[in-house]
Amino acid sequence: MTAVETAPAFVGTSVKRREDASLLRGRGTFVDNLTLPGTVYMVVVRSPYPRARIAGVSLDAARAAEGVVAAFSGADLADEWAGGLPCAWPVTEDIKMPPHFPLATEEARYQGDPVAVVVAESRALAKDAAELVEVDYEPLSSVAEVEKALADGAPLVHEDLGTNECYVWKLETDAVQDAIDAADVVVTRRYFQPRLIPNAMETRGVLAQVGPTGEVTLWSATQTPHIQRFALQLVLGIPESKIRVIAPDVGGGFGSKIQVYGEGPIAIVLSRRLGRPVKWTEERAENYVGTIHGRDVVHELTFAATNDGDITAVKSVAWCAMGAYLELVTPGIPLLGAWIYSGPYEIPNYSVTFTGVFTNTTPTDAYRGAGRPEATYVLERTMDALARELRMDPVELRRKNFVTEFPHTMASGLTIDSGDYEATLDALLERLDLESIRADQSARRASGDARQIGVGFSTYNEMCGLAPSRILGAIRYAVGGWDATTIRFQPLGSVQVVVGTSPHGQGHDTTFAQIVADQLGVDVDDVEVIHGDTASSQLGMDTYGSRSLTVGGISAYHASQKVVAKARKIVAHQLEVSEDDLEFEGGVFSVKGSPDRSMDIKAVAFAAHAAHDLPDGMEPGLEETAVFDPPNFSWPAGAHAAVVEVDTETGDTRLVRYVAVDDVGNPVNPQIIDGQVHGGITQGIAAALYEEGAYDEEGNLLTTTLASYLVPSAAELPSYETARTETAADNPLGVKGVGETGTIAAAPAVVNAVVDALSHLGVTDVGLPATPERVWKAIEEVRT
Amino acid sequence: MRPVAFTANGTRHDLEIEPRELLVYVLRDRLGLTGTNVGCDTSSCGACTVLVNGESVKSCTMLGVQADGLEITTIEGLARNGELHPVQQAFHEHHALQCGYCTPGMVLAAVSLIDSGAATDEAAIREGLEGNLCRCTGYHNIVHAVASAAGAAS
Repeated sequence: MTAVETAPAFVGTSVKRREDASLLRGRGTFVDNLTLPGTVYMVVVRSPYPRARIAGVSLDAARAAEGVVAAFSGADLADEWAGGLPCAWPVTEDIKMPPHFPLATEEARYQGDPVAVVVAESRALAKDAAELVEVDYEPLSSVAEVEKALADGAPLVHEDLGTNECYVWKLETDAVQDAIDAADVVVTRRYFQPRLIPNAMETRGVLAQVGPTGEVTLWSATQTPHIQRFALQLVLGIPESKIRVIAPDVGGGFGSKIQVYGEGPIAIVLSRRLGRPVKWTEERAENYVGTIHGRDVVHELTFAATNDGDITAVKSVAWCAMGAYLELVTPGIPLLGAWIYSGPYEIPNYSVTFTGVFTNTTPTDAYRGAGRPEATYVLERTMDALARELRMDPVELRRKNFVTEFPHTMASGLTIDSGDYEATLDALLERLDLESIRADQSARRASGDARQIGVGFSTYNEMCGLAPSRILGAIRYAVGGWDATTIRFQPLGSVQVVVGTSPHGQGHDTTFAQIVADQLGVDVDDVEVIHGDTASSQLGMDTYGSRSLTVGGISAYHASQKVVAKARKIVAHQLEVSEDDLEFEGGVFSVKGSPDRSMDIKAVAFAAHAAHDLPDGMEPGLEETAVFDPPNFSWPAGAHAAVVEVDTETGDTRLVRYVAVDDVGNPVNPQIIDGQVHGGITQGIAAALYEEGAYDEEGNLLTTTLASYLVPSAAELPSYETARTETAADNPLGVKGVGETGTIAAAPAVVNAVVDALSHLGVTDVGLPATPERVWKAIEEVRT
Repeated sequence: MRPVAFTANGTRHDLEIEPRELLVYVLRDRLGLTGTNVGCDTSSCGACTVLVNGESVKSCTMLGVQADGLEITTIEGLARNGELHPVQQAFHEHHALQCGYCTPGMVLAAVSLIDSGAATDEAAIREGLEGNLCRCTGYHNIVHAVASAAGAAS
């Protein structure tokens, strides 16, 4: 580890976000705000059926409609595709990977599957004409639930595969069954985590322009401009060197803007054919079926334990919905949780099995937390079930099983670099005042109050910071997990930082400037951060999996060190001293013992560009790139508690308090961290109490609008109580990821609280989400 | 096409628009006021909130022709002489925005709530912002920013 020579001036402080200036004034550059001269508008015609044979597509009426420029069926464009939409994670050797093209040609396999496109002079005219597209659908039998899809005789999503089973993936230590057989206590619980619809407030959108020599520019509401560029070559056969992808301001993603969707390639093809820029903006109703969903997993989780509460084995068997096709990382999502079914606990025997299952539904893929909320939910719910079985306090059961020494290699095989789980739990309890809550609870139980209260815990850890490339290779992910930063001193001393990550709300402009300013000893306002454009940032792996700080941020640190190292050589040469005789502090190199002999790094930048007097053989300029491949994942952890009030007569549940203590390592910008935690917690609470993407048995989506899929508003939620403990991660900045922690932690804390509120009535489980109806039914079931 | 005349951010506009055009698209596509975002198609999200004669309105619930004779304020018209409006400033200070997509509508809804005198405490602010969805912030910092701008306790 290289020593940080300059004391931090900006890292660790809540520098106000520079992103706000344009966003607060309504000057955001969201894709739909961008229009080029001659732009035409694309509308996608989608299958209304979960499964149907496409017997014919008639475009005559649409083509004849006012303002229409062109209309195409899937068959019309079939020759354009050099390859299908890519899936980058074939998790097993024998995984079934059905072809997936931007437009369906013979069969639509989910409600929302694109079958045709119409292009017109305006958005409204394109919509009008899309109504005139006549698709001759022959509806086929379909299946929407994973367990039904695996039953004998189930309709097949892909007939030619002969099965709906996509893959079976297993990770197991040697003697798991022996440990279960030998245990004093065995608890097995079954859980269904329903579909969650990411609902970034900005829907997806693209603007494509193909120039006269075939060069492509794609503005896209994406988290992954670099991955898009790479994938566009695979889909279109156009070399990456001719493709520029720009992610301008992006209005949230939460995993749903990682994927390589069909609309981008289609818009490029149409722009090439029509010689005009083509824009497509997803509507919200379209987003509900046309953008990936998350979760939809059935689990059976087993704990084996001793009578005094030592957990000896964990075994998870899960059936995971893939949807109708494999998007970019669909099959790999469960694997992102596969190593943490032991959570922060020391559990020596370990078994995890995932079965991926095709259904006639919108494909699943990464939604905030991706795999880790799934694992943490079943783990933390079952901790409470085991505590009830053992008649132990759920807090004490957790504490008793905590990993206490770091680094710690888990039974699953990965090594947690750092943490102090007891400290986070202690900090939580300090704030919670559990005694008062329990006293209130006892009083209400004694008086038979209709409104009961409960408290639920979730002590989680998670693995993020995707990801060590060697490990990714070992688990069959197609590309690497490194990231890159280029730092460029301009001649007069301002600094450009070009990063390979691509923010959509996370505040990289501010935080990367803080990191680099400290390392170079310059003012944060001297540092400009550039991102989200493959023309300026050639190297990058983009933003997802809480990786931007722990991978990209560390590359910014290393690039800074390289800049300082080169500057040091120049100063040593010009002051005629050895490099070792130079100190670097606050942006100034000075000779040890002779502080008057010094040179400011901005002066060095000028000298590097003037190149009048550089060491022999040194190239002019002061610009360095560092590519950082993390040796390990990032391991944030924390202790969360929820307090709920449940009306036992109506089932109505209100979240009264939410207390979160997280260890995300050394903080770079505490205010931005808090914001990530608040937002993450909210999506976990939403999964616990409100949100469910529901299908009927055939695969018709029932929750198709924000009015029926209940994204919570401010009125449903309390203010949160947050705090941090800090254990430095094993990286030069000591930082850990924070983007997903709240979502991973919150859902089990809230549902554990609901169950706790009703446990005296005999309720042991409430399904997700714990709506008034489900809570009321759970109470009625134990009453009768 | 129908003639319509209204004021947007202090500038009078005389337009010929189709009767079916929603106000939000008149603002975005005809006047280039793209600060007003579209987040849904069911008047649920509030991203397109503007002020109509000083009161917050979801501009996807109004036809452009209904704006005839009215004064519209969009997010672009809120800052004065380059100085952020106190609500905008409070959003900045309290980190009440992340991706910024819901922000224009949220800010204008908050301005209207404060101006109406209803932003009296945290519960009232939460209730008052019920029609504006944010997916990033969990509302915590938004509520505190609005309370701060309103001078209310939170």
